[in-house]
Amino acid sequence: MDDSWEVAGRRFTSRLIVGTGRYKSLEETAAATAASGAEIVTVALRRVNTSDPAAPMLQDFVPPDRYTYLPNTAGCHTARDAVRTLRLAREAGGWNLVKLEVLGPPPYLYPDMAGTMEAAAALIADGFEVMVYCADDPIAAKRLEEMGCVAIMPLGAPIGSGMGVVNPYMNRSIKQNARVPVLVDAGIGTASDAALAMELGCDAVLLNSAIAHADDPVLMATAMKHAVLAGRAAFLAGRMRKDYRADASSPMSGLIPSAG
Amino acid sequence: MELMEIAITLNGAPRSVRAASVAELLREIGLDTRKVAVERNEEIVPRSTYAQAALAPGDQLEIVHFIGGG
Repeated sequence: MDDSWEVAGRRFTSRLIVGTGRYKSLEETAAATAASGAEIVTVALRRVNTSDPAAPMLQDFVPPDRYTYLPNTAGCHTARDAVRTLRLAREAGGWNLVKLEVLGPPPYLYPDMAGTMEAAAALIADGFEVMVYCADDPIAAKRLEEMGCVAIMPLGAPIGSGMGVVNPYMNRSIKQNARVPVLVDAGIGTASDAALAMELGCDAVLLNSAIAHADDPVLMATAMKHAVLAGRAAFLAGRMRKDYRADASSPMSGLIPSAG
Repeated sequence: MELMEIAITLNGAPRSVRAASVAELLREIGLDTRKVAVERNEEIVPRSTYAQAALAPGDQLEIVHFIGGG
């Protein structure tokens, strides 16, 4: 069965997008990314260390000709910084598919929706294809879609929190109302969280810390790959109804009579 | 001929360079032009124009690249 999905005219088989941050080494980044089966990876843009120009670079370990790079705006707290960062990313990479995030202050780094919308408008006008990290707010999500964002990515829980999908009802309602792909981005802590996000009907899941901060990142990357496949299959299969009463699985006919 | 050095700000730090263009600056530092992006005075310098992009004293240069991120 072909169960691929499409964003901004690009078709992908894997419904898991992984971040490439927070690993112990670039070797570990490469191994975990490969184990996840992801075809899209998020990357950050930072100043080069000009005193060590020969230092190994991410591209040498996670090659952009094998993975679709999705540059992010992590660390940007204003629309201006986010737009500046992604213009540089477009020049560095030569592609216009990006992940926009404009963040509020710690401790939650919750999406700043006013800044996010301001940046989205500027980026779309400048020819970018914007996958947007946003609040689990169905009104804001719809507005971002109407503005022209190519994917809507509500948080499951705060970035790096590992709290899972804390508002599944709104994540599902955002998906049900959207005509563009909806991804749960951020908050995933373990495989069951990723499976739940997919069972809600989301098109894909984006996560980073759940793999990078596991005791065994490569093994967790494998778990996430299977969780996303399982959650997607369960969604397509259509789950049974819930009922608080029992409903015996074995036939009642042919039962041997009770003793005594 | 004496080599002229100019004072610029590179990635937030003062630096004296001999380079007269962005292309020469990247060569002087030892960076692969295919893996970085350059901003001069908050304007992107397209890769195709590195050789023509002249450096002037006081220029603010940012040289960035992709790193791991979520």
